[in-house]
Amino acid sequence: MSYLPYVVAAWICLVGIAGIATSRNLIHLAICLTVTQSSTYVLLLSVGYVKHGTAPIFKGTPLGTTAVDPVVQALTLTDVVVSVAVMGLILALALDAHRLSGTVDPDGIADISG
Amino acid sequence: MSRGARIAILMPGLAGLGSLFAWAIAGMPAFGDYRGPYGFVLNRVVVPLRHTTNVVMGTNFDVRAVDTMGEEFILYAAIVGVTLLLRDDARSQQAERHTKRFPNDAVRLVGVVMIGGGLLVALWLQAFGYITPGGGFQGGVLFAGAILLLYLVGNHRDYRPFRNERVLDPVEGLGAGGYIVVGLAALVSGAAFLTNLFGNGKTGTLLSGGSIALLNWASAIAVTVAMIILFAEFLETYTAPLEAEDAGS
Repeated sequence: MSYLPYVVAAWICLVGIAGIATSRNLIHLAICLTVTQSSTYVLLLSVGYVKHGTAPIFKGTPLGTTAVDPVVQALTLTDVVVSVAVMGLILALALDAHRLSGTVDPDGIADISG
Repeated sequence: MSRGARIAILMPGLAGLGSLFAWAIAGMPAFGDYRGPYGFVLNRVVVPLRHTTNVVMGTNFDVRAVDTMGEEFILYAAIVGVTLLLRDDARSQQAERHTKRFPNDAVRLVGVVMIGGGLLVALWLQAFGYITPGGGFQGGVLFAGAILLLYLVGNHRDYRPFRNERVLDPVEGLGAGGYIVVGLAALVSGAAFLTNLFGNGKTGTLLSGGSIALLNWASAIAVTVAMIILFAEFLETYTAPLEAEDAGS
């Protein structure tokens, strides 16, 4: 069981990639990309976990208490916010693609290129 | 490429990637068996060195401040992209005439309470980000979300003043540029880019952390405004066609 979080992260990543490759809808594709990206959050946070560790915030907790790795938490929190903005950009591109081609099916858009 | 062919290529690829993952996981230390050293070192040194009790924020805005600057500019670039793709002055004028209100009083009452509460919690997360759990990034998203509730309880006209691009665009620039200015201030003082300035202050107070407080506010402003712009551009894209339908019927 002690490897379960890593296995979960790997599974989320694979499922997301499968979703991107087989998607028939650009919005579905964008959400699959977010699913793939969230596997990195699970992986980062599991890698930094210390057994019986608390949050790395020492307000009301004495300095020297066992705490989890703050580096991966810092990476994850900026990544979550940035992913929302990038998701917005992808959805804006999907809207434009729909405006130009009348479809959100990636295969349909490929046909009218040029 | 046909769908069948794509799946035929995908499956061996996924199987290969899955095996690589399995190999990697087999060689990793067990969950909870963290070996460091960076996490342990930071948890020991950040509070004594910088007097900020939230080590995550101390890491974000001091130890890896240059990285965070990069992340902030990914956000900035994404918002510029959304604006370029969706902003349309003619359409936003049209959307302004959309005045229908949501008719349910209960929704409006709860919404108004949630706007107040949301803004307060957001300001607390932003202001005390480097002391207690929170920070400019998280508080910024919550702040923009509270403003977005205005659209739910009111209408587009109520929301419009909060998304005036003549105000928002410069403020977004202030947030993103402010981060650079704090970094350059360190260069001017003779230290390396983004070196912490202004002394450490008293541990666990708003005056602790030196530059961390300024960088926290710069990113809070940048994220708040970025999210407001993001929501507003999408809202206008969706309200304008509705308005056109109303006019036609």
